[in-house]
Amino acid sequence: MSSDKILPLNMPKWGLAMTEGTVVGWLAAEGDTVSGKEEIVEIETEKITNVFEAPEGGVLRRQVIPVGEKAAVGALIGVIAPPTVSDEDIAAFVDEFQAGFVPPEAEQTGEEAAGQSLECGGYTISYRVEGKDHDRIPAVLIHGFGGDGNNWLFNLQALAQERPVYVLDLPGHGKSTKTLKDASLDAFTGVTAAFIGALGLSRVHLAGHSLGAAICFAMLARSPDKVASVAGLAPAGVGEDINIDFIDGFVAAGRRKELKAVLQNLFADPGLVSREMVEGVQRYKRLEGANEALAAIAAANFTQGKQVARFGQSLSRASCPVMVIWGREDKVIDPAQADALPANVVTHRLDAVGHMPHMEAASRVNALLSDHFRGAEG
Amino acid sequence: MTKKTFRQAINEAIAQEMRRDHRVIVMGEDNAGGMGAPGEDDAWGGVLGVTKGLMPEFGRGRVLDTPITESAFIGAAVGAAATGLRPVAELMFVDFLGVCFDQIYNQAGKFRYMFGGKAVTPLVVRTMFGAGFRAASQHSQTLYPIFTHCPGLKVVIPSSPYEAKGLMTQAIRDDDPVIFFEHKVMYDDEEEVPDEAYTIPFGEANIVREGKDATIVAFGRMVQFAKQAADELAKEGIETTIIDPRTTSPLDEESILESVEETGHLVVVDESSPRCSMAADISRLAAENAFAALKGPIKTVTPPHTPVPFAPELEDAYIPGPADIKAAVRAAMA
Repeated sequence: MSSDKILPLNMPKWGLAMTEGTVVGWLAAEGDTVSGKEEIVEIETEKITNVFEAPEGGVLRRQVIPVGEKAAVGALIGVIAPPTVSDEDIAAFVDEFQAGFVPPEAEQTGEEAAGQSLECGGYTISYRVEGKDHDRIPAVLIHGFGGDGNNWLFNLQALAQERPVYVLDLPGHGKSTKTLKDASLDAFTGVTAAFIGALGLSRVHLAGHSLGAAICFAMLARSPDKVASVAGLAPAGVGEDINIDFIDGFVAAGRRKELKAVLQNLFADPGLVSREMVEGVQRYKRLEGANEALAAIAAANFTQGKQVARFGQSLSRASCPVMVIWGREDKVIDPAQADALPANVVTHRLDAVGHMPHMEAASRVNALLSDHFRGAEG
Repeated sequence: MTKKTFRQAINEAIAQEMRRDHRVIVMGEDNAGGMGAPGEDDAWGGVLGVTKGLMPEFGRGRVLDTPITESAFIGAAVGAAATGLRPVAELMFVDFLGVCFDQIYNQAGKFRYMFGGKAVTPLVVRTMFGAGFRAASQHSQTLYPIFTHCPGLKVVIPSSPYEAKGLMTQAIRDDDPVIFFEHKVMYDDEEEVPDEAYTIPFGEANIVREGKDATIVAFGRMVQFAKQAADELAKEGIETTIIDPRTTSPLDEESILESVEETGHLVVVDESSPRCSMAADISRLAAENAFAALKGPIKTVTPPHTPVPFAPELEDAYIPGPADIKAAVRAAMA
């Protein structure tokens, strides 16, 4: 029996800072038949818990890492193989893997390793790229208000299996320049266009979350020839209303407890807001200029509790495919706003998902984005 | 963002504040080094090099080498703070407080109250503390409880490079006298520290780890030992919360009490002598305000009530460590 039918399940790497994960639940028992893309194991990282899917179908022959135990990125956590493979061959496969496995050095997996920056639009823009070896049309992922490139931790590597994927930190966010010259949507769109230009990308897929989605819609209106497709996740720029208590609360919250309560509005499952996630946002908000930038963005884009820029009907004139993904339990931007979108916009509504579909339903969102990008390439 | 040592993190905070505000000055014994002598300028940067590089950038006018006379230069720093500057003075070892304490607790700490809130004293006294440096009992003590005892002083004990930079920046911007405790064996500890300036507010504890079974409150270097102990306890199935109060004055009582309400067990880890210590103070806080929630005795982990020994074997035995913390958690839960 050849071992090429034996499929290792390796600890995934979600986000550049991840060096290890903890198995917090097996969703399939040893001996269960699983299909490809079926969610089979829950893994907790320092930042968030997520489910990992079987890359291909088969029988889950071995749970190598038991519940509650940690393993390094790349470590063997389970084995999938057809029932015809003998137990001896499975055992030999596991032994062989373990003998040869060297956990990656913390230095190599550290956040510094892949972080890059460039100067554009008068700002230092921090960004990361994966999948540069592929020659499909690249994708650029744009985070929302108060977020950063790390919001795409569950998406970057999955999407980069097929194409180059760029994630950036918008001005005022992440590791980019904090002090804003102009906090308007126009200004952010200009910086995004300059960023794409500075990278020498002639045409890109754009996916944006929340305010980042509004930037994508504005890019499409401004430079349709540069845009291969647009995907808006929990998009701003569609309807008028936004949960301004969330926006104001996010700006105002300083203490951990207040901030945690605010961040819980982002998810259908408030339990996803971990101590580490709250601390990460606190660390960002403490940086000189960060909170001033947030206040300026809120003032410029959500004036008197209403969204300033709305693209809704103008998307009917889009020259490329436009997709929207919205969690049905979004507490920041009401998913009912999708009802008013023009017919050419393909809308996916996800159950039990809040304002962060790319984190809360990462595998579904990755599949939708991947199909959407490929569909746009004909 | 890059990895920086505890020493670099403090130096960077001071340098950034000196660039931002011309009123910020640095003074202390050999804080530059070489002053008034034919020797090398910027030779020392203080005895363990924390202020090295500041004099070449900001000049002798803002980085002052002082005589070996704490009574004089700590007094001068208090006066400078009361009259418009924002001095960062180095009391080399906190053990030397005996010769300059009046200037700190009876003058600097009283001005705001004495002048009806109209006077401010934006003074930072940086000072080294802690055992483990083979520096004998006159250079190894952990004396933050003495300063915490005095109203009018703010007391800060950073537990890592990230914490040190943000807390130092806050200390310099704060309008009250701040005593900033630097553990001398932590200067070469390294972690990711942002290049930009940032402040960590006083009076908000850091929840270092969350667990449902017991609460560990720890200060300074003891936070690291608490983390080691917690990792090992977790393997035995005991999940602990670790609280680093960051500042003993003001003290984030709420975070401590909330956690004790949840876990029902409290262990306090404090490198200072056991009597009238932070361990005693926080035990009192919990006994008085969370008694009903406690499911077992409060346990403290401290050195014995004795001067820090000079013999290396005895000094090592004196310092509380992860094994002591694990034993205390088990005893609290027994």
